[in-house]
Amino acid sequence: MSEDIKKFMYLNRRAPYGTIYAWESLEVVLIGAAFDQDVSLAFLDDGVYQLVKGQDTAGVDMKNFSPTYQALGDYDVTKLYVEKESLEERGLSLEDLMPLTYEDEDDDWAEKDSIRVVSRAEMADIMEDQDVMFSF
Amino acid sequence: MAIEINGKSFETDEEGYLTNLSDWEPGVAEAMAKEDDLELTDEHWEIINFLREYYEEYQIAPAVRVLTKAVGKKLGKEKGNSKYLYALFPYGPGKQACRFAGLPKPTGCI
Amino acid sequence: MSTLHTVNKSPFEKSSMDSCLAYAKAGSSVLMYEDGIYGAIKGTGCTQKIAAKDGVNFYVLGPDLKARGVSEDKVADGIEIVDYAKFVSLAAENDKVQAWV
Repeated sequence: MSEDIKKFMYLNRRAPYGTIYAWESLEVVLIGAAFDQDVSLAFLDDGVYQLVKGQDTAGVDMKNFSPTYQALGDYDVTKLYVEKESLEERGLSLEDLMPLTYEDEDDDWAEKDSIRVVSRAEMADIMEDQDVMFSF
Repeated sequence: MAIEINGKSFETDEEGYLTNLSDWEPGVAEAMAKEDDLELTDEHWEIINFLREYYEEYQIAPAVRVLTKAVGKKLGKEKGNSKYLYALFPYGPGKQACRFAGLPKPTGCI
Repeated sequence: MSTLHTVNKSPFEKSSMDSCLAYAKAGSSVLMYEDGIYGAIKGTGCTQKIAAKDGVNFYVLGPDLKARGVSEDKVADGIEIVDYAKFVSLAAENDKVQAWV
């Protein structure tokens, strides 16, 4: 990896529809993906709600942007860290989240999971390892 | 801003993108292409339809490099490259084709 | 005097729900909507507090559950799922509405 590649992490801590943060973060991630950096996304606190499957906004007249998370793999954003404790505190588990995958270019385009459930301690280590953090 | 087709008005933003995705009909693409001095062929329509399907599935207009990769996967390598796509859409396969398809400006095009 | 309390913030991010529960008296109603619906998911600290609250009726707005991908079987027992029309009639039936924002 060349020296001018930095580790960028987007920190998502908000639920999807009550505020604009989640959608704004997703747009910035997609735009920022053009810069060929080492990008990862962290979902903790209420941010874990962004990935809950089966979202259907027809009844509240808002854009359902949950399908856009499926496009992250196309944008080479393949590391989505979800904190285990945040899920558990909210009565959720990995089974409640959308299955998100990417195709690994270095492994004959094998389909792999983008979501990695990590403990709070692991998340702290991953954050420590980043060069730049963007908070939403 | 707006474009007129057979007396019907379609609202667009300052860059010429359709304001309401649901307003789109093939005539919109034809009219926009005419303004750009372009005749739409089956090859153009293949990409325009591909973009509309992409938006339907992911709720975003893909950036040009994402579009190129996705076209290659779906329609074959000979179409999934910038040379082919720029030949069809000289103002940029992301921006111009998305505009014809009634989509917003691509997310991730700078 | 009966009161309809409304909560539209996540109980995990803001103290709105906790404050609401501290002030809601027996005979009153609490309606969770928008991000407030996350307080209705069973098996959390929030639903424990709701279960411990005697004499208060709890409601959650169905369209906001659907928007956020929370299926009805995830909603804790004792919380009634309502539509917009029921929201309006709850507001009309009670003497006043107190919003916890």
